[in-house]
Amino acid sequence: MLKTQWRESTRMKLNYRLVLLIIATVFGLVFSIPSFTQSSAGKKVTLGLDLQGGLHMLLGVKTDEAVTSQIKSIASALKHFGERNDVLLDAISAQEDRVTFELIDADDAKTMDTYLKTLEGTIVHASEGKYTITMTPAAIEKLKVRAVDQAIETIRNRLDQFGLAEPTVARQGVDKILVELPGIKTPQEEQRARELISRAAKLELMAVDEDHAMRVNEMNEGEAATYGDKILEDALQPQLKHLVNEIPILDGTMLTDAHVGYDQNNRPVINFSLNSAGAQIFGDFTGKSVGKRLAIVLDGKVYSAPVINERIGGGSGQISGNYTVAEANDLAIALRSGALLAPIYMMEKRSVGPSLGADSIKASLFAFATGAALVVLFMVAYYGYAGIIATTAMVINIILIIAVMAMFGATLTLPGMAGIVLTVGMAVDGNVIINERIRELLREGAKVRKAIEGGYDNAFSTLVDANLTTLIAAVALYMYGTGPIKGFAVTLAVGILVSMFTAILGTHGIFSALMEQIEKSGKMNRWFGIRLEGKE
Amino acid sequence: MEFFRAKKAFNLMGLVKPIFTFSLIVTLISFYLIFHKGFVYGIDFAGGTVVQVKYDKPVQIDALREKLKNTPFASAGIQEFGSSSEIILRLQNTTADVTKDTAQQVSTALKGTGNFEIRRVDMVGPKVGKELQTQGIIALLVSVIGILIYVAFRFEWRYGVAAIIALVHDVVITAGMVSLFNVEFDLTVLAALLTILGFSINDTIVIFDRIRETIRDTKDASRYSLADIINESVTNTLSRTILTVATVFFVILTLFLFGGEIIHGFSFAMLIGVIFGAYSSIFVASPFLIWFGYDVAKAKAAHADKARRHAEKEKMRAQFEQGIV
Repeated sequence: MLKTQWRESTRMKLNYRLVLLIIATVFGLVFSIPSFTQSSAGKKVTLGLDLQGGLHMLLGVKTDEAVTSQIKSIASALKHFGERNDVLLDAISAQEDRVTFELIDADDAKTMDTYLKTLEGTIVHASEGKYTITMTPAAIEKLKVRAVDQAIETIRNRLDQFGLAEPTVARQGVDKILVELPGIKTPQEEQRARELISRAAKLELMAVDEDHAMRVNEMNEGEAATYGDKILEDALQPQLKHLVNEIPILDGTMLTDAHVGYDQNNRPVINFSLNSAGAQIFGDFTGKSVGKRLAIVLDGKVYSAPVINERIGGGSGQISGNYTVAEANDLAIALRSGALLAPIYMMEKRSVGPSLGADSIKASLFAFATGAALVVLFMVAYYGYAGIIATTAMVINIILIIAVMAMFGATLTLPGMAGIVLTVGMAVDGNVIINERIRELLREGAKVRKAIEGGYDNAFSTLVDANLTTLIAAVALYMYGTGPIKGFAVTLAVGILVSMFTAILGTHGIFSALMEQIEKSGKMNRWFGIRLEGKE
Repeated sequence: MEFFRAKKAFNLMGLVKPIFTFSLIVTLISFYLIFHKGFVYGIDFAGGTVVQVKYDKPVQIDALREKLKNTPFASAGIQEFGSSSEIILRLQNTTADVTKDTAQQVSTALKGTGNFEIRRVDMVGPKVGKELQTQGIIALLVSVIGILIYVAFRFEWRYGVAAIIALVHDVVITAGMVSLFNVEFDLTVLAALLTILGFSINDTIVIFDRIRETIRDTKDASRYSLADIINESVTNTLSRTILTVATVFFVILTLFLFGGEIIHGFSFAMLIGVIFGAYSSIFVASPFLIWFGYDVAKAKAAHADKARRHAEKEKMRAQFEQGIV
């Protein structure tokens, strides 16, 4: 029994096409299994957010504000330089794109100029002791690029520490950031993630203007500006106002660490430490401001304004607010990962709940199965065994598409699934064209072997032209499409290439292997679904 | 099983006049619809916010509208989505604030209307919408030009131009139907239009290839008119055309019926495009070959010339190799 079976199967002739098909099938199975079982081992096709649920955001970066912030930093540095070296500066002010000040003692001009030369990327305009400092266009451009880079880096850091599974943070275009969070399941989680990402986390230590602070409630912004001050809201009691010097003593760029601690009432607080440069500035300032207040400002709001009792040397401080532990934690993450150089804003947001994703998978799988079943039924009924061969190629085709996508770590989206369905249609079309050609030759009276070889020869150029033109459309879609369209283009392109292999080469290999059987049986109706006159 | 065993070629080119007139009228109507009626753009292109809400039982849209009257969502368009227990809210406004939670706001506004779950919130800012629109148009143009170049290179310019005319015909008519039936024009519909491009050209190529082959392989081809050659070629490929269109059509029909609301627009456009893609290969692309003055005798001569040159080259190569050896 066994022996005869063995002999039967040896009649299938191996040929290079069949060998390639078998290798491809094995390859396809190996690389597609992790995707089908969704096991953690091995590369697999990731499901798009539309299928597994999650949050997709396209964020813009307000790069102009990075420039303003840089200008402010220059002003801070100038002020500190002046105080340290006894160079008296008057009316120092930071505007949107420039710092202006007056040098009181002309003898200091030389010291000042030497210092100003160390400031990179700036243009200094000085006349009669009046200085205007602006940034060079190249420096501005560089800063804007850096603002986007830094925002990407910062957001990535924050999300990594937040502990979400597989976040994607990537640049899109010149100044846009794509953020994809598949792990988000509830609106609460989503809200927390969005707050964490968008938090500027800009820490500033600012001096309270004790000379005018008494009158802060009667003051408007304009009057405050005349003193070089600005009015900030209190974070905990919004009606409470603080008058602080517009140029901060130092900012969060000098922060080295931030972590959650607890105060004497066991409420969560954030302890931060400064680097050595920061500690020096902080020490200098607190040393000569004993008795005055220091405002700890985060994202433009005053969190506390304690009175300075003595010089604080170690370079550490505390932010206390009415935080829950989670809030304090998120804030510490934001501070640690650094401030955003420029604020971000939402350009596009798509959030899909997990139940909708599951429904979409169910619906498309059902459509896919029904469609495939219809095609198989049709092909087998119409072409007989040739239809079965085409179906085999189609199944291998699907497995290979999944395997190739898994290898490249591609994402399967809902339109992507539609793309696979279409390619399956096209693969079948390839076999229809070939089978029709074979039938034609058989009708003309060709021998089986000649009809099959001729059928493939005749169909070849048609199939290549037809598939390549569709590929052109797929490539255009990929190049100019975004998000879901890209997903569609990827599966379409992969599908076309794979289907050319399975539908043309693969089925040819199977036919060649079975050639002897087909010739021997001579039943063209069974093999190709065609009745030849005078035969059978 | 066999559907066609035509002994004689169908005189399809004889039907061109009335059928082409029909095509022309439909195309003109489609152009009118596209430019005068326009599209119902989805938020992908128009910008805006869409919120999809699922209730645990059928819900009265009027009641919801009443409920939202005194909320920020008063101007929202409310529609059933797929079933009577699922709705979508459409808002024109968008928010650039990253921390603002539309889902939360909608939840609050809908409080007391039953048990529901917010399944999807899509927000597309106006700038992004505009960009997507431009990119879509560029993608269409790049595909068309790419295809034109490829076909002109593989065949000749008349084939290329005829194929493109058929393409435009298919895409315009599909877009016209999308406009006529108020199908929301979103990214998936754009994807469908681009796929139709691919499909339509695929179909046209199959027939063009056959025309070229018929001219090449018919010994006394110059005795026949181009119309005869086309009839012969189309008849020979008719079985394939119908089979393929039927299978693809059924696959897309299942997508349309069971694939879920989200790819409805896609499958709708594809259904129309597939039919017209096959139809236009026969009744638009092929006659244009005739009207462009594609000449069988000249094509045959060109073929013969090419074959002769090829043979000469082979001969020379053979001689050359013999000389060396």
